[in-house]
Amino acid sequence: MSVDEILDYDSAFEKYEPVLGFEVHVELNTKTKMFSSAPNAFGDDPNTNVNEVDLGLPGVLPVVNKAAVESSIKIGLALNCQIAETCRFARKNYFYPDTPKNFQTSQYDEPIAFDGHLDIELEDGEVFRVEIERAHMEEDAGKLTHMGGAAGRIQGADYSLVDYNRAGVPLVEIVTKPIVGAGKRAPELAKAYVAAVREIVKNLGVSDARMERGNVRCDANVSLKPIGQEKFGTRSETKNVNSLRAVEHAVRFEIQRHAAVLEAGEKVVQETRHWHEDTRTTTSGRPKSDADDYRYFPEPDLVPVVASREWVEELRATLPEPPAERRKRLKAAWAYSDLEFRDVVNAGVMDLIEETVAAGLKPAAARKWWMGEVVGRAKAAEVEPGELGITPAVLVEVAALVDGGKINNKMASQVLDGVLAGEGTPEEIVAARGLAVVSDDGPLLEAIDAALAAQPDVAEKIRGGKVQAIGAIVGGVMKATRGQADAGRVRELILEKLGVEG
Amino acid sequence: MNQEIIRSTAAQLAEKLAAKELSAVEVTQAHLDRIAEVDGEVNAFLHVNTQEALAVAGEVDAARAAGEGLHALAGVPIAVKDLIVTVGQPTTAASKILEGWHSPYDATVVKKLRAAKMPILGKTNLDEFAMGSSTEHSAYGPTRNPWDLDRIPGGSGGGSAAAVAAFEAPLALGTDTGGSIRQPASVTGSVGVKPTYGGVSRYGAIAMASSLDQIGPVSRNVLDSALLHEVIGGHDPFDSTSLQESWAGLADAARNGDVKGLKIGIIKELHGEGYQTGVENRFNESLELLKAAGAEIVEVSCPNFQYALGAYYLIMPSEVSSNLAKFDGVRFGLRVLPEEGPMTIERVMAATRAAGFGPEVKRRIILGTYALSAGYYDAYYGSAQKVRTLIQRDFEAAFAQADVLISPTAPTTAFKLGEKLNDPLAMYLNDVATIPANMAGVPGISIPGGLADEDGLPVGIQFLAPARQDKRLYRAAGALETLLEEKWGGPLLAQAPVLGSKALGGAK
Repeated sequence: MSVDEILDYDSAFEKYEPVLGFEVHVELNTKTKMFSSAPNAFGDDPNTNVNEVDLGLPGVLPVVNKAAVESSIKIGLALNCQIAETCRFARKNYFYPDTPKNFQTSQYDEPIAFDGHLDIELEDGEVFRVEIERAHMEEDAGKLTHMGGAAGRIQGADYSLVDYNRAGVPLVEIVTKPIVGAGKRAPELAKAYVAAVREIVKNLGVSDARMERGNVRCDANVSLKPIGQEKFGTRSETKNVNSLRAVEHAVRFEIQRHAAVLEAGEKVVQETRHWHEDTRTTTSGRPKSDADDYRYFPEPDLVPVVASREWVEELRATLPEPPAERRKRLKAAWAYSDLEFRDVVNAGVMDLIEETVAAGLKPAAARKWWMGEVVGRAKAAEVEPGELGITPAVLVEVAALVDGGKINNKMASQVLDGVLAGEGTPEEIVAARGLAVVSDDGPLLEAIDAALAAQPDVAEKIRGGKVQAIGAIVGGVMKATRGQADAGRVRELILEKLGVEG
Repeated sequence: MNQEIIRSTAAQLAEKLAAKELSAVEVTQAHLDRIAEVDGEVNAFLHVNTQEALAVAGEVDAARAAGEGLHALAGVPIAVKDLIVTVGQPTTAASKILEGWHSPYDATVVKKLRAAKMPILGKTNLDEFAMGSSTEHSAYGPTRNPWDLDRIPGGSGGGSAAAVAAFEAPLALGTDTGGSIRQPASVTGSVGVKPTYGGVSRYGAIAMASSLDQIGPVSRNVLDSALLHEVIGGHDPFDSTSLQESWAGLADAARNGDVKGLKIGIIKELHGEGYQTGVENRFNESLELLKAAGAEIVEVSCPNFQYALGAYYLIMPSEVSSNLAKFDGVRFGLRVLPEEGPMTIERVMAATRAAGFGPEVKRRIILGTYALSAGYYDAYYGSAQKVRTLIQRDFEAAFAQADVLISPTAPTTAFKLGEKLNDPLAMYLNDVATIPANMAGVPGISIPGGLADEDGLPVGIQFLAPARQDKRLYRAAGALETLLEEKWGGPLLAQAPVLGSKALGGAK
């Protein structure tokens, strides 16, 4: 494996501008596969979610999964695409052992969705429009594991294992038109585009959208052309860049690599590239020419998919609010600052806060509870905040206990520990752990008398109007009650006792 | 007794079974005995399913004795073309590449046979993957024509046709892509039907050309085919190309065959030049009988039929090249390792396909791969699809003038084994009259039309009807069958030579 020369990133832009293009494959989360009744499920024992259709046994026929067509139409609509009134599947013929029929049933010249666009907002708020060429339906291939040999590749392997569980899983492939004009922000745009697509399909509920499981996979096309030139340069296609960060890095690396090749007076080879996360580099895959001959022809075993306008409009009416618009709306409604909102989004608690607000908490309080009490615990436990085990309902209940003066913030934290330890509801934990704030004024008044007596000089200052000195007396009372007193109430009682207006 | 059983029609057997004059075990055993007696000569069967067939027959007898409701054809045995997958028996498509392969699932039509409790006698021979017109392309030796064991029984479904013609089975299933049910029926003096495309589920029929393939009945008379057609027809959610049609009433149409006032169109392009004299004579004789019975005979022209064979030999191989890609030694069937050189997956696939496929299959895969190639697609596959549309329009125009169309089923009677084996084009020409129906998806039937004067071999008469009008086929063919059998004094197959002498070639 030769190491490619790369050019310093900024230098690359002195002469060249990048053109990008993306093919994003989205695995749909339908119950069954694209063309068979076998379960569409991840992580099961190899070759258990297969039937005769998925194995391509002699005599089998495909049947289109209606739910997958619905999901595809929804994706098309969310990408502002036209939806074809009728469209067909085609066979893409090539021999490879992960493809049981040795052809992939895909859409070729009749995609279900076409001519769309997506507005991508970059971090600083600049909006960049990405034109969508098409979104088409197809089936996933099985998974090959090459044993022995080097680098897990088929070349040189001793033998290969194949798992057909993934074969036939419904895919939607979203193809952009060439993206020109991103300039130095190309890597950032690449990441933001894939993130936006991922967010959209997740928001639609049509995909689990987990990149680490390959639910969303990106092939990134990069080419450079001299600044001002119309004609595009030769592109490379970096396959299976499967994290948002990797998309950004891969585009950046390819820009630098292409620039180095061009600067050396050589020609960029039209080929696929493999992405290596460990070195953050790409290496040469197989040559890819536009003349790759897959002998496409219309799939004769399937009838055309007809999407009546009524059906399309019915589906359009079910679409959720687009994520970008939703974010804008929530930020305004919650009156968060830019920074606060970004932290909430980055921490992955926006949806949770929305639920919590809906359950009755004020937005500021909801943010305080999620960011202050849950996010840190989730990080420590290495899970998503929503998966930790604290629900919006629990937080609403705990917040109500605090607001009602039953417990204080410190106790609230202990209550949440109890919830996570499975000790019951917040109310039950308060009772079981004996956490209730001392609210009977009798014991408090005794403690206040003792504290005032212990610090007569402070008592004198307060009487003299230096109310801010009250903290020392409150502190004494809290110490004497081992934190069980309601500090607010203690303050009130002290002022009352000393006959001072708070 | 056995002779009487095996010479009975399926309808007669059904009646006798229902009346408890015969038991299903007796009927099944009689056919198994017949297979044992003559199939050494005929080679219609690739696999005989003795145990299971008798077990099913036993179930039928028990159910009948217990007074349970049974399908009218329960206990009537049937043979299944070995292109259709069956649990419990091998399915080979007559190819080495599937030798010994057992399907883990049943074809939809097989499920329907099982639901009707029809004992399956076994799997019948065919040209490898149904590619051929003579059954000589079987990897397991040719089937022989019961009328003359030196002659071909037609193809690809020569095994099913020969099985019924040799009284080894009253019924069989075939598949028809360009005539593979009708042309064998024609040359063996039996009946074969290609239903409307989508009329019978293709799920479990190993695909040759998906847009042309259709499963259909094979029998010795029109009524039996109609009865079987009713069993196997109907929508199947596992086949998206299957129609939502109900096929009740086909048997009634066959029973009440009548051509009075029926407009029958002679297709100008499908007789005359290129057709054997004896074929032409029998065809004309049938026309006279139909006219005398009150049919109105008109002539129609289908000018684009002359391009049908050419277009067929582009579309069919194109689909073949893709459909047969799955036979690669990876998941099932034969696997051959390259004898020398590196052991890569491509080379294992290549070695497997080189060893597993016969020459006709390879010829069609190569043709189809070429026709679909970038740069050639429009000229070949694309043009062929346009011809297909033109053929459909020819049919529409013809059916505007006639209720059904009529032609000889094949241009010649059965030719000698080996005669056309090295001349693929001559072999392909056998299907010139049957291919248009597949290209347009319309139904067709072939029934015996008598014996050719020059060789004394059976001639087939084909009726074609508009899509979904299969009933018309049975009505017209049922009527002509009655007229002809009155003339002959019984079924044509009663005139077939007696088999079982073991003397190959001397049967005529």
